Amino acid sequence: MSGAATAPAALAAEGLTKRFGGFTALDGVSLAVPEGSITGLIGPNGAGKSTFFATVAGFLRPDGGRVWLRGQEVTGAPPWRLHRAGLARTFQIPRLFGRLTVAENLAVAAPDQPGERLPRPWFARRRIREEERALRARVMAVLERLNLARHADAPATALSGGQKKLVELGRALMSGASLILLDEPAAGVNRTLLREIAATIARLNREDGITFLVIEHDLDLVAELCHPVHCMAEGRVIASGSMAEVRADPTVAEAYLGMALEPDAS
Amino acid sequence: MEPFALYFATILTLAGIYAALTLGLNLQWGLTGLMNFGPLAFVAVGAYTSAILTVGGSAQHLGGFGWPWWLAWPLAALAGALLALPIGAISLRLRADYLAIATIGIAEILRLIVRNEDWLTGGPLGIPGIPRPFEGLGLPWGQFAYLALVAAVVAGLYAMAQATARSPFGRTLRAIRDDEEAAKAAGKNPAAFRLQAFVLGAACMGLAGAMLAHFFKFMGPDALDPVTATFLVWVMLIAGGSGNNLGAILGAVAVWALWAATDWLAGQLPGELATRAAYVRLFLIGLALQLILLYRPQGLIGERPPRPA
Repeated sequence: MSGAATAPAALAAEGLTKRFGGFTALDGVSLAVPEGSITGLIGPNGAGKSTFFATVAGFLRPDGGRVWLRGQEVTGAPPWRLHRAGLARTFQIPRLFGRLTVAENLAVAAPDQPGERLPRPWFARRRIREEERALRARVMAVLERLNLARHADAPATALSGGQKKLVELGRALMSGASLILLDEPAAGVNRTLLREIAATIARLNREDGITFLVIEHDLDLVAELCHPVHCMAEGRVIASGSMAEVRADPTVAEAYLGMALEPDAS
Repeated sequence: MEPFALYFATILTLAGIYAALTLGLNLQWGLTGLMNFGPLAFVAVGAYTSAILTVGGSAQHLGGFGWPWWLAWPLAALAGALLALPIGAISLRLRADYLAIATIGIAEILRLIVRNEDWLTGGPLGIPGIPRPFEGLGLPWGQFAYLALVAAVVAGLYAMAQATARSPFGRTLRAIRDDEEAAKAAGKNPAAFRLQAFVLGAACMGLAGAMLAHFFKFMGPDALDPVTATFLVWVMLIAGGSGNNLGAILGAVAVWALWAATDWLAGQLPGELATRAAYVRLFLIGLALQLILLYRPQGLIGERPPRPA
């Protein structure tokens, strides 16, 4: 345990603040994602969870606070730099490249492709063909793991909602990221696929040592997968600990109850 | 027979020049989703660059360098690229529509510069006496040889565009076109990739401008009409199939053939009707574009994802 205490967290935020006009979406969020963990992030709709993801991953510029990736400060760094540093994210509503095949969707996310730099596409075509063959093998390996191999050459738009979530995960895996932020991996997914996704996350964590930060509304899934768990409400972290501890916290119950009483608030 | 062959060669030469333009626009719009509504600007810069570098000296405009065309044409492409660089660097970080606005503006500004900066461009009188490669061969062979030269340039541009589209670079461009946020999540810097595609397409347009100037042997503000230099190019790309390089060439040839055929038809009409027919022609092209967008939005041959290696 003492090793875990001194090693820097995979991801740490301190006093992270994000405002949209007069609305404060993140109001000084401080939380840590321990190295090697599957950390849960729960909270009612509008709590700022997705904004937290976007701010940490460089999609939004924070108005205050700092972010560290494995002890390195990365506050305000653009997404592509964080990607190279080993941080990948998925979106709540899957965003695939619609006119690309499933395999191409994954291939794009491979970092440092020499064939992406002009003028190599014109003068190093044989080398690129070899690199592409190696990349294709990597893509197929990831698709096998996600049970999507038979859809490799289908257009991405042909997939079901749940499969699109898997492609997003596959894209994150292609980056070689050691920290993946998953935004609601189980939302709108049928039970069977949900079990599959949960098992895949657990296996990637155990076997590949990938750290996850997971936003999820399915609290049973969070209880099964995640430790520790952070609960956010109104742009703040209101509780942290094991799922049992967070569940027992009266402020958490109040935050969710407040939501239940105002079904329109989102 | 010979007049017919010459007429045919003229149409094909211009179709080839348009194919170079359409390939450039396909790199920008078809592959990357960049709305360039000012191909005219890049054509103009290429045309005048090559014209000034190759013509003999004159008090009416800048010139007297007397360079050979094969030195001037690459510089015309470079001029197109250099014009695109600052426009792209400024507007490609913003939302997509800003590039559309910026390019319309630049095209109009260039039209005004060309018309008013007499010391440089000869103003409304333009630059006459631009040498056409292989002119010395006389008619009809000189014209056929020029057609062959244009065809060779288009073939080269096609090979470049294909290699670009099929490479990981092209795949990333298509990804950015489809979803910029997801492309960022996949580790790409969209602005950097877009700028490269924009500059590359503009270079093709600059080269097309040079080929146009040397074919006409004259370049003046009246040769640069937004209808033919911008609108028609978009029609060609959409009709042929944006995202497909072969479709871009096919669209250029098909639409230009149609444009030329209706021009000939209008010429057969009696006096006053002939002038009116010019406007009907524009209307018909617009109508054709509407019909294509409604019934065959992918064009003659649409985009196909390349087969895996």
